Amino acid sequence: MTSIKKGLIGVALLLLSINFLGFKSDIKLPDPIMASVLRGKEVYKAQCLACHQQDGGGVPHMNPPLDGALNVNGNDKARLIRIVLNGLADRVEIEGEMYSNSMASHKDLSNQQIADVLTYIRNSWTNKAGLVTVEEVKIGRSKLR
Amino acid sequence: MLKIVRYGLLVASIIGMSSTKVLANDPIKKLSKKHVVADTINAGLKLPTGFEALKVADNLGRARHIAVTAQGDIYVKLGKLSSGKGTLRLRDNNKDGKADDIQSFGNFIGTGIAIKNNYLYTSSDDAVYRYQLNANGEVMNTEAPETIISGLINRRQHESKSVALDNDGNIYVNIGAYSNSCQIEDRKKGSLGKMPCPILDSAGGIWKFSASKLNQTYENGVRYATGLRNVVGLDWNTQNNQLYVMQHGRDQLHDLFPEMYTEKDNAEKPAETMYALKQGTNAGWPYVYYDPELKKKMVAPEYGGDGKKVSTDKNFADPVVAFPAHMAPNGILFYTGNQFPAKYKNGAFIAFHGSWNRAPLPQEGYYVAFVPFKNGKPSGEWEIFANGFAGVEVVTSTRSAQHRPCGLAEGPDGSLYVSDDSKGTIYKINYTGK
Ligand code: HEC
Repeated sequence: MTSIKKGLIGVALLLLSINFLGFKSDIKLPDPIMASVLRGKEVYKAQCLACHQQDGGGVPHMNPPLDGALNVNGNDKARLIRIVLNGLADRVEIEGEMYSNSMASHKDLSNQQIADVLTYIRNSWTNKAGLVTVEEVKIGRSKLR
Repeated sequence: MLKIVRYGLLVASIIGMSSTKVLANDPIKKLSKKHVVADTINAGLKLPTGFEALKVADNLGRARHIAVTAQGDIYVKLGKLSSGKGTLRLRDNNKDGKADDIQSFGNFIGTGIAIKNNYLYTSSDDAVYRYQLNANGEVMNTEAPETIISGLINRRQHESKSVALDNDGNIYVNIGAYSNSCQIEDRKKGSLGKMPCPILDSAGGIWKFSASKLNQTYENGVRYATGLRNVVGLDWNTQNNQLYVMQHGRDQLHDLFPEMYTEKDNAEKPAETMYALKQGTNAGWPYVYYDPELKKKMVAPEYGGDGKKVSTDKNFADPVVAFPAHMAPNGILFYTGNQFPAKYKNGAFIAFHGSWNRAPLPQEGYYVAFVPFKNGKPSGEWEIFANGFAGVEVVTSTRSAQHRPCGLAEGPDGSLYVSDDSKGTIYKINYTGK
């Protein structure tokens, strides 16, 4: 009984480490995205984590989740850029829920930092979406009044 | 048979215990193994010896505040419509402790609910209504509530309008500040505070109105107390005829002023504070906050503070009790029943909704605390009364908490009811002495 258990644990550990090694070496994320994700994580920790939480889960009824969010994974990158630059207190429904907190503008972040943090939230937790580029943020910023 | 069940639960709970970490300040550590059995069967709650809990109802939706009639019906105010309705009445016809008859009415959402002199008062996020009750504590006309107060500020942030009534025909309403700390740009790093804070004219305090006059607005009420950022839990203490409130302290000291506050400061400051109000009390928001470590009112960084500067302003009240930071006290109830042991009589139960603003440190709260009181003054240290609502030992992200305590009410038999606005569970806590 115990040896079977040990065997099972061994297999599980092996699978885990294969997974882990896989993540480390031939990761599915292309290199430019990976580099941006790593930089973006630091921006996220300093600027966004308090509200959207470590696991991107948000705070029920206060701050929306970013993990699994349709808008975050979607193609409207211009909207995401606008939200970071302007902040958001539109009080619009997001996937059937209202959120009561206010997100301040983060326009003092550099274009690179904004590109990185958006790339990070689009490629973390269960999210899998593409890169947001500095160029796209630059265009977004130029459209602000 | 019962023994077998008990034994099974004991084993299950020991296995459960061994695989999870027990928090250092968790009261379960002090309890015997025998009690762990009771924990497991007590709807997942950990309670002091002699108490038992059961779920009266489950999956009700966003169950905010609750009120119980003399006949034992429970009225629940919902923060989100459920089948188009915003208020529930739970009834237990077969007296097994579980609600078996649930009715709903009212097309508005809100938080506040209270029963006084044969009226049920409920609030939306900008108005207060009342329904007349018949001799059985039933709402006489669910379709036509009377509007007591309307036009109260609702800008989403700190929007709930909780209510409490005194014995002289007045109703007290919290109007929360639609801001964290009255910054020029709300929650913007480094943004300074507006001077004077214009929010305080119409929010950030407790307003007093007549409980029986219809169609009142701001002009008919008085700003009873100010400098309160957001109060969700408030209760009238009938022992000394005074209103007590629990303030949600400001957030993000480190996020907004990283050069003055560490992440640890951010997680542990300021205190969540209880105030005993008199007409004209000023609790000092947004100019000051209460530091639980230094036990002093500190000048807020938006107003020239630096984490060290103590406020010398004599106008600002001191709290009666200071609790750890960010735990979000959403309910307070002075216990007047006779079922619980004498120590609980006239003391305050506080429902902590649980924090979100302690990240990256683990979140805290998600329990009901107790503070013993004598003649309106705390007569001992606060303690955790009911824990285990979160269902996990350590909450790292708020969404992983299963249940979040929100409202409190006392039943006619002296039992304590707790509402949870995450899964919509209503708990009933009884003292059996066993
Ligand atoms: C003070 C809390 C707070 C902080 C800090 C914060 N946000 Fe937000 N965020 C919110 C709130 C609240 C909303 C929703 C506002 C509304 O509905 O009006 C939101 C919305 C969003 C959305 C839209 C989500 C959707 O599904 O449409 C994105 C994307 C977002 N935030 C990203 C970020 C990023 C990136 C950062 C850091 C640079 C950040 N937020 C920092 C509170 C915050």
